[in-house]
Amino acid sequence: MRNLLFLLLSSFTVMLSAQNLQLSGVVLDANTADPLPGVNVLVQGKNLGTATDFDGNFQLEGLSQGDVVLISYLGYTTYRYVVQTTEALTVRLQEDVNALEEVVVIGYGTQTKKELTGAVAVVGSETIEELNPTRIEQALQGQVAGVQITSESGSPGSASNIRIRGISTNGDNRPLILVDGNVIEDLSVVNPGDIESINVLKDATAGIYGVRAANGVILITTKTGRRNTELKFSYDGWGGLQQTSRRISVLNATEYAVLINEAFVAGGGSPQFPNLAGLGTGTNWQDEVFQNAAIQNHSFTASGGTQKSTYSFGASHLNQDGIVGGPKANFKRSTLRLNWNVEPVKGLNVVSNVLYTRTSRSTLPENSLGSVLFNALNNAPTFSIRDASGAYSLAEGLGNEVINPLAQIENTYNNTDVDRISGKIGGSLGLLEGLKLESNFQFNYSEVNGLAFFPTAFYGSGKVFNVDRNFLVDSKNIFRDYTWDTFFNYNANFGEDQVFSATLGMSAFRTSGQFSGSTGFNIPDNDYANASIENASDVIDNFINTAGKFDSRLLSYFLRLQHSIKDRYLMSLVLRRDGSTAFGPRNQFGYFPSGSVGWIISEEDFLKDSNSIDFFKFRASYGIVGNDRIAANAFRSVLSGEGAYVFNDELQFGRAVGALSNPEIQWEEQKTLDVGLDLRLWQDHISITADYFKKRTEDLLVSPPVSGILGSTAPGSGSPVVNAGTVENRGLEFAIGYQTGPEAALDFGINYNITFLKNEVISVNNGVGFIQGGSFGVGQDPPARMEDGFPLGYFYGLKTDGVFQNQAEVDAHAVQANSGPGDLRFVDQNGDNIIDSNDRTFIGSPIPDATMGLNINFGYKQWDFTAYAFASIGNEIVRNYERNQPRVNRSVYALNRWAGVGTSEVNPRLTIGATSNTLFSDYFVEDGSFVRMQNAQVGYTFSSGFNQQLGIDKFRIYLSGNNLFTLTPYRGYDPAASSGAPIGAGIDPGFYPVPRTFLLGVNLKF
Amino acid sequence: MKKKLYLHGLIAAILMLTVSISCSDDFVNVDSFDEDSENYFNSQEDYEKALIAAYDMLQSTYINVMLGEIASDNTLAGGESATDVPGIQEIDNMQHTPVNQQLRDMWGWMYAGVNRTNYILEFKDKTDFPGKEVILAEATFLRAYYYFELVKWFGDVPLAVDKRLLFGDQDVVDRNPAAEVLDQIEADLVFASENLNYTAAETGRVTKGAALALLGKVRVYRGKYQEAAQALEEVINNGPYALFEDYSLLFENDHENTVESVFEVQYTDVEGAGFGCLQCSEGNVAVGFNGIRNYSGPLFESGFSFNVPTAEAYAAFEDGDARRDVAILDIEAWAAANEDVAYVEGYEHTGYYNRKYIARQGDLNTGDANLTNPNNYRAIRFADVLLLAAEALNSGGIDDSRALNYLNQVRVRAGLAPAAVSGSALTDAIFKERRVELMGEGHRFFDLVRTGRAASVIPGFQSGKHELFPIPSIEIELAGNRWSQNPGY
Repeated sequence: MRNLLFLLLSSFTVMLSAQNLQLSGVVLDANTADPLPGVNVLVQGKNLGTATDFDGNFQLEGLSQGDVVLISYLGYTTYRYVVQTTEALTVRLQEDVNALEEVVVIGYGTQTKKELTGAVAVVGSETIEELNPTRIEQALQGQVAGVQITSESGSPGSASNIRIRGISTNGDNRPLILVDGNVIEDLSVVNPGDIESINVLKDATAGIYGVRAANGVILITTKTGRRNTELKFSYDGWGGLQQTSRRISVLNATEYAVLINEAFVAGGGSPQFPNLAGLGTGTNWQDEVFQNAAIQNHSFTASGGTQKSTYSFGASHLNQDGIVGGPKANFKRSTLRLNWNVEPVKGLNVVSNVLYTRTSRSTLPENSLGSVLFNALNNAPTFSIRDASGAYSLAEGLGNEVINPLAQIENTYNNTDVDRISGKIGGSLGLLEGLKLESNFQFNYSEVNGLAFFPTAFYGSGKVFNVDRNFLVDSKNIFRDYTWDTFFNYNANFGEDQVFSATLGMSAFRTSGQFSGSTGFNIPDNDYANASIENASDVIDNFINTAGKFDSRLLSYFLRLQHSIKDRYLMSLVLRRDGSTAFGPRNQFGYFPSGSVGWIISEEDFLKDSNSIDFFKFRASYGIVGNDRIAANAFRSVLSGEGAYVFNDELQFGRAVGALSNPEIQWEEQKTLDVGLDLRLWQDHISITADYFKKRTEDLLVSPPVSGILGSTAPGSGSPVVNAGTVENRGLEFAIGYQTGPEAALDFGINYNITFLKNEVISVNNGVGFIQGGSFGVGQDPPARMEDGFPLGYFYGLKTDGVFQNQAEVDAHAVQANSGPGDLRFVDQNGDNIIDSNDRTFIGSPIPDATMGLNINFGYKQWDFTAYAFASIGNEIVRNYERNQPRVNRSVYALNRWAGVGTSEVNPRLTIGATSNTLFSDYFVEDGSFVRMQNAQVGYTFSSGFNQQLGIDKFRIYLSGNNLFTLTPYRGYDPAASSGAPIGAGIDPGFYPVPRTFLLGVNLKF
Repeated sequence: MKKKLYLHGLIAAILMLTVSISCSDDFVNVDSFDEDSENYFNSQEDYEKALIAAYDMLQSTYINVMLGEIASDNTLAGGESATDVPGIQEIDNMQHTPVNQQLRDMWGWMYAGVNRTNYILEFKDKTDFPGKEVILAEATFLRAYYYFELVKWFGDVPLAVDKRLLFGDQDVVDRNPAAEVLDQIEADLVFASENLNYTAAETGRVTKGAALALLGKVRVYRGKYQEAAQALEEVINNGPYALFEDYSLLFENDHENTVESVFEVQYTDVEGAGFGCLQCSEGNVAVGFNGIRNYSGPLFESGFSFNVPTAEAYAAFEDGDARRDVAILDIEAWAAANEDVAYVEGYEHTGYYNRKYIARQGDLNTGDANLTNPNNYRAIRFADVLLLAAEALNSGGIDDSRALNYLNQVRVRAGLAPAAVSGSALTDAIFKERRVELMGEGHRFFDLVRTGRAASVIPGFQSGKHELFPIPSIEIELAGNRWSQNPGY
């Protein structure tokens, strides 16, 4: 078999020879078209070679046909050329992004991609440049197999949720995110333009982070300069227009009036609009609240290096208005960054960086009952925007929650400012041959100041949003943390073929902070300009029940042993010991072992000379990692509850127990297995990565409801954190890419990745066997559950079986309260002939069966084109943006309601009478699958001749469209949005859609 | 050479710093910034603060008051629609099942109250100071108050005395017989009455009168008429209470804690509240729930139209009874008599509202204004004490003339002629008077149950089942699935 393969492969090798051929050429940077000086040009297997001159030119003589010329430069993909005849080449070297020699950060050390034995994905800076994200998470969306990004909202500055290989707990599913080793969980503070690379540790490789690794680890590296380069500047700027990506079709005034009349008559009332003439189309509230909004971003970088140091400076500013509310939903971010690395003494490398960020975000009510979009959908089209007096119209008769959305926007003042400074100072020192000591100190300090002003406002009688007594809520939160890592790295070669390395070290992490805030009333003149605590009366301290302080720490020791034999047999063992303040004395310390092996099959003799298979690696990893993300003090009972009562007509504050304690709690334990392979074919044109994974998370840290006799429902109290439950995620990841070589006139690349995921709750040990959550409608039972044998957060409700067409069908069916012809027919799941809450069952899951991403890029001469798309298949979404109220507006599908025998098998009749049609059922569950065109961009790079006249190195302009279209059967605003809650995800209260954006941008290097 | 020294120094410094942190696992032993509950009760102030928190749960009894009315023949559930708060709708229709969020709320909130009182009593001997017995007496009364609610609604319930129920206990405690719990309640109230005065240092605190009145009530519930009359007449004869002259003002915000108030749950409108934590509100949540749906006009404010009186309840008042239009608002008549009145008819609109406890103008309307109405709940009024005393004296065959006297005090205040009956006619007259005097105050359902009249007047009421409410099934499951459910559920 082996011989056969060898024969087969070697037959591809052409064995011709001719002597004394010449090769000359110029080597350019493929991106910038700058000539590259000092590039090595070597002939494989011969003592022959040269380097390019200052203009990138080289010349080689004495070559034979069939010689392999390797053109290599640090940081660039090596170009391999097989000599055929004498000729002159133009070689465009690609910056080394996917190459095997690329250095990948794996935590307290680096590895080349070739040596990796774990599932690690890398996203480079060029992807970020192409996508122009406002947040880093957006650059990961659809890019990395196994990583799912959902936005909580499309409003400026809103957060995204990152889920690596599924959700494994009902608790905190956020991965650990480190920026240059520094814990930065809120990625809104980082300018994406400062990022050099993002590495995602998806499997037990993350085990080096022990008790924090269960949700995966994302390691972000910021840009640094390069040694021996002159000072270079770059400016990247883009600006453009955002608009809503979707409007939900709702009834116009005449259609609305017809259907309201029908519903009232059906319910025994009288027609509310006896005269339909003249109603016309009325007000389209969505048209009133959606607007085109501006967005712009400027990013400036200066970097360079001397023989002994590198430096990089960055500054940026982003300003984004909202497509709802414009400046009332605004996000601004300014950042300043300085990286400086120096080698003052031979062997001592000092690294330092500092990052200052200021963000300012204004928000409107969103993603909830009573949000601006919810009101735009539900407010009646028969109301004018303003009444005769010029004031905003009142939404009378539409229940207590639906109000005029324009009045709501005008009266909303909600602003949060963040000032943050992060930094790092560290160094590494060579002690002995192969032994290095490294120590880094990283810190963050941030102040978060919030001010929300609620002016006196009247939206209609009984509205819950009416404010009779204006007030403001002022908050100031301070967060500080540091991480101090110290470790030894040791490398040694044993004999010819064995390379051994070890890392041994410790890390101390401490995060502490202080919350404070107060509420004050009666702001003079009801004016935002006066909104300050100083001007308020009856000020209440919002932290009267608790100290509002926290101090959490982690003390860790870690050991990693790596061994490679003959460059092809790789293994790695990791052991970490963590001590966490999250757990009590009984379970404070834990040990987390993991190990991985790799076999580079392409290094074996039988594949070594293959022309088709350039690289083939098999990997497997297994490990135990933990999760300690729970609230502080869960293991002990503290007096942080609320106990206030009125004596002498005055509110007095006492002391009460907070959340119940459980001294037995310990970390979640995740057993994670990964088997994968990496394959590169046909001169690296094709690359394939495939992984199978299985993660079993045991001892889930959850706070399920506990027996009421323990007092957990008292104000400020809560359920104890307990280890209860097991969740399993299994999946398959597959990524394939094709990239033309640098010599091709038409540069073309395509990358595709797909992830299949199956999530299953194995057990919930809380006495009842399930935990419920989420909300649907008003006053209904929580619609989502975590339960044995089902996906986490599945939808639990009644199943429908069409619509009753006549009374005979109603009579023939199980007893269903308040039902008649035209009502939904529910399935009698338990066969007791009564339709009630016991007939609820599985009716959908918010977890997609598969997610995928695709990107394509072309380059031809000075033009470039890129397109990104991603898709999610098989997830369901609950339509929860319709207020169940007699007179609210409805989506146009109401026109297809049941209105007599045979008129509809899907949509029930309209009536204001008592009906069970509004109970949570699969009627409200829709297919949330989608394909989204995330980005398309066309760019033009000016010729170097043109640039030289201007004295610049690179000048590119581009036109980019983000979120261009989404194909989906879902009828709501945005199928890609989700609250991110493990139980309650996929319930859509009218998500603020991610805008469609058209940008014009420029990249300048000089 | 110098360089080398410098390097060695650097290495040594790093290692020493590292070692100084890392050699000690103490790095991860951090005290909480909030006080540890097991190291508390070191001063008088500690006890006082824990006591304030024990009072706090009284405010969550709004749901007991609402449901006590809705379950009875006095009112319908109302609300926005048939599915508006299903738990309330089901109780109104006597269709409630062990799956009922409002019953579960009540169960949890009353036990939270029990646990907060037992927290103090568990540590009652830790620190001594003058006046401690008053604090302990107040805590003891509150425990009795919460337990009495639990027994009224659920019958047999787990009893904890002077110790908290802590995580883990739910798997071992059993339901104690109601009689045992009632014995403890009586003992607690006797203790409280012996250690308290008729007047307290602050308005709103428990007094001797409150303890005796509740003791009398509990004894009436248990049919211990002699002892009940003894406690109640002690309040009547020696307490500082009287009927407030003008019934029409009695339930207004300006007339809280009057001479008629024996015990009153205190509410305020100074702090905001939200639907996410109704029990956290410092206001009377029931008032907003009972309020007129989408109302605009004079005097009143809008609410959610729950707890709407029936026409039969309206008709239960005798002609000329000054209390009828205080207890029940005829919204149509009101709209006709006043200008600019607008409202929306809610579910089960009867045309009537529970006027004693619906939202009124003039408060601060701190948001959510529906949840922060400041109107105190008049938990034990002197009129109630008089009627209970009359009942005890009459039903116990002790003294009908004293009973009639107490009854007539209540009638005369209402502008009615004194009654002149005795024996069972007097019994009926007392019950009739209880209904109209205490209309809308949450007592009716349990008055009907304890007198065996519920089945005859509450539609759907099944004897042998509906006297008690089901223990929420999830609570049975969370306690290890060991408890039996109440009969019939």
